[in-house]
Amino acid sequence: MIDFEYHHPTSLDEVFGLLDQYGEDARVMAGGTALVIQMKQRLVQPSHVIGLRRVANLNTIESTADGVRIGALCTQRQIQNHPIVVGELPLLADTFRKVATPRIRNMATIGGGLVNGDPNQDPPPTLIALGASAVMTSKNGDRVVPVEDLFIDYYETDVQPGEVLTSVLVPQAPAGSGSVYLKFLPRTADDYGTVSVAAVVSREPDGSCPNGACTDVRIVLGSVGVTPVRATQAEDALRGKPLTDENIRAAAALVKDAVDPLEDFRGSAEYKTEMAEVFARRAIEQAMASIPAGS
Amino acid sequence: MNQKVRLKINGIDHELDIPARRLLVDCIRYDVGLTGTKEGCSVGVCGSCAVLVDGEMFASCITLAVAVDGSEITTIEGIAENGNLHPVQQAFIDHGGFQCGICTPGQVIAAKSLLDENPDPTEDEIKQWMMGNLCRCTGYYSILNSVAAAAKDMSGGRE
Repeated sequence: MIDFEYHHPTSLDEVFGLLDQYGEDARVMAGGTALVIQMKQRLVQPSHVIGLRRVANLNTIESTADGVRIGALCTQRQIQNHPIVVGELPLLADTFRKVATPRIRNMATIGGGLVNGDPNQDPPPTLIALGASAVMTSKNGDRVVPVEDLFIDYYETDVQPGEVLTSVLVPQAPAGSGSVYLKFLPRTADDYGTVSVAAVVSREPDGSCPNGACTDVRIVLGSVGVTPVRATQAEDALRGKPLTDENIRAAAALVKDAVDPLEDFRGSAEYKTEMAEVFARRAIEQAMASIPAGS
Repeated sequence: MNQKVRLKINGIDHELDIPARRLLVDCIRYDVGLTGTKEGCSVGVCGSCAVLVDGEMFASCITLAVAVDGSEITTIEGIAENGNLHPVQQAFIDHGGFQCGICTPGQVIAAKSLLDENPDPTEDEIKQWMMGNLCRCTGYYSILNSVAAAAKDMSGGRE
């Protein structure tokens, strides 16, 4: 690792001042699980590291009218176990429970993970499926970016110079919807998914009709491209149609056209493409099955 | 560049003057001289460098010492009390929870951190927690048995 100076700002104003002063030579650090490894491997060589651990008010979780506001410095374990998240965003709690190991979840934060832009991570598909937004703060104020638009390319995110991701706003899944996060793990339980899928499915409120029409659906995949991938064609194919086996299969087949996986030791691009269809289908089926009775 | 870092390690205050790039594992082993904590994979995956930072289990190989300035660190050397081994340490001895021993400090710290917050874990909870600690000798069943026995011992039960 090359040498650098570490800064311990205690306020966002101080952070903005340091970002102004050091510009491209500075990197902001939250939990550090990604950045420290990248520095060890000399993929990133900042001369100044700005730690956010002591900045006040970045690690709170609160319920608001628009959903749950999660501070950027909240650790993955804090989110996974927080009563507000468990109660209002069970899909998100379940997703964070599936990240890596307890030790990494103690260290890694929601904000750090998002700006790192690794397309294999678990939280982005779920956050996109729930319609979450990231609040980017600079000395000029807040800019709210849908998490869906945050990812530009491989490890490239829409963080502008002088900006810090300060919180994530996560709306609850629609009333009466069903949801699931599936992670295909053929190797070890702490691995990244070979493919992963978050699905949120809403159905016409008619409990007597198990195959009632799908009123809305969101299908978002991880590990199948340079960014998380929302399968909009598959969503469009299912929206307004009865949730029959046939319609679900037809929609899931369209997922193959949406993905463009990178080949790695978790599988060839072709294999991951096949698995994307399989796991999208299972995700839609399981999300549908989790719709509360009477909805 | 060197920076002042204050750490309370196993109850003893240390004021260190170390480069900002110093990893916590290297700080503990080389600056402080506590070599019980081992470095395995160096990328936060294998668990052998596990230590407690303000009571939470961290991977010290991907933690900058300067980033946890002001924290209380507990290493494998710091969990025995009054000359008595911690019940997790005793259980690993009694139940053959280690072979070559290189992963053992991390395994013991991981088991202690589990039992600190969940004194009566199910078998599944033990597996879910300990899966982040790899053993090249693959002595996993003995490790799981050791953790279960420690839980029983710490809750006052007898086998």
